[in-house]
Amino acid sequence: MRDVAVVAYSAWNGVEHERNEVEILMPVVRDVFDKVGLTKNDIGFTCSGTSDYLAGQPFSFVSALDAVGAWPPIVESHVEMDGAWALYEAWVRLQHGDLDTALVYAVGKSTMGDLLDVLALQLDPYVLTPLWPDPVSLAALQARAYLEKTGKTEDDLAAVAESRGRRVDRASGYIASPLRRHDCPPITDGAAAVVLAVGDRARELCERPAWICGIDHRIEQHQLGARDLTRSESAKVAADKAGASGVDVAELHAPFTHQELILRDAIGLNGATINPSGGALKANPLMVAGLERIGEAASRVLDGSAAKVLGHATSGPCLQQNLVCVMESR
Amino acid sequence: MSEDVTGIVVPIHLDYTYTPGVAASRFLRHIAEGNYVGQRCPKCKKVYVPPRGSCPTCGVPTDEEVELKQTGTITAFCIVNIPFAGQAVECPYVSATIQLDGADIGFYHLIQEIPYDQIHIGMRVEAVWKPREEWGTTTESIAHFKPTDA
Repeated sequence: MRDVAVVAYSAWNGVEHERNEVEILMPVVRDVFDKVGLTKNDIGFTCSGTSDYLAGQPFSFVSALDAVGAWPPIVESHVEMDGAWALYEAWVRLQHGDLDTALVYAVGKSTMGDLLDVLALQLDPYVLTPLWPDPVSLAALQARAYLEKTGKTEDDLAAVAESRGRRVDRASGYIASPLRRHDCPPITDGAAAVVLAVGDRARELCERPAWICGIDHRIEQHQLGARDLTRSESAKVAADKAGASGVDVAELHAPFTHQELILRDAIGLNGATINPSGGALKANPLMVAGLERIGEAASRVLDGSAAKVLGHATSGPCLQQNLVCVMESR
Repeated sequence: MSEDVTGIVVPIHLDYTYTPGVAASRFLRHIAEGNYVGQRCPKCKKVYVPPRGSCPTCGVPTDEEVELKQTGTITAFCIVNIPFAGQAVECPYVSATIQLDGADIGFYHLIQEIPYDQIHIGMRVEAVWKPREEWGTTTESIAHFKPTDA
């Protein structure tokens, strides 16, 4: 295998009413290039994660390339998934041996449509989508099952929210029992970009590359009734394959409080600092938040504050898909 | 015996609050004032109209605004004879790509005031605006393009 490292990361998130997706993305791409002194002409492979359903516009992923500049033609690909999966594709592409650098980016404007309706469309189209179950209600079913099985309480969920910087209000009503406002992610717009580089090229570009020593992703049954929602077998297998033991810092993509507990059970993060960035409970730009977790974790290696870190991304309802990327300093 | 289920109908409707973006919003506000304003790329100097805020070739922001003349050249056209759902104009009509003088990219508009069999690529055209009270933040402020008199 070729050694691939994250050498630069940049991101922006917030709620945006003026700029479109390209205008959100462009300064992020420029910033990530500036960090390593590269231009688009130095990039071997470009891969993005976006969703046309968020923009409500077919081929919005093609427009997004305006932020990079795709002439003369570039080697490029796209996944209709969180940018973390675009990073996985870029890592695979760099294993081919002919290219040494990759740009990975993600952009999403969750606030343009009704996100809860948009996300109902990722379900089984015959028997589930016609009922329009929103993702908060599905997460609440999972949370209820988790509390019943483990004996944990709503206070345990509130403790997660508190440690991620959310203002906890136990007197507030349920959004969907047992989840209250502080258990749920904010609806956020955002963009993120990562530069990957191979071997000596990575060492040229930055002082402390975050070397990817393991990366793996797994998927579970689409049908929610066909799996045990109280645990995450896919996160466990991905973490084992990626070699997750002994990390100093873990950035978990857990949009809901109970999902952080399920992921901690699955990955087994003894003693690791979890989500110093605040994670998806602080900002959850769809398509972007998973790539942000990898970028935030990598940043702890890039700035010399950690030796081994883990970035996790999830996709689909109730933690259906999980990706684990383990990075280290060398 | 029960009948086979061979299909189901699942109505889907999504609402969006569309944001054209900063660059396109500026363009549309200029249109409401009767001006066609594009943006120039600081690197390759190409002028885009309508602007999208970035140069798709260079990948850099296009901040400089350029007011364009309202004359241009047809670079492609199509006579539309087939009605379709949501069609805004009555058939037959001509949709054309017009490259305004001073711009480096074409945009779509209607060609009228000429028999359709006389339209050709390279024909010089000019904008025909609607009455001033009908101008708004839309390219429909221009009724159509017609051949220049010259």
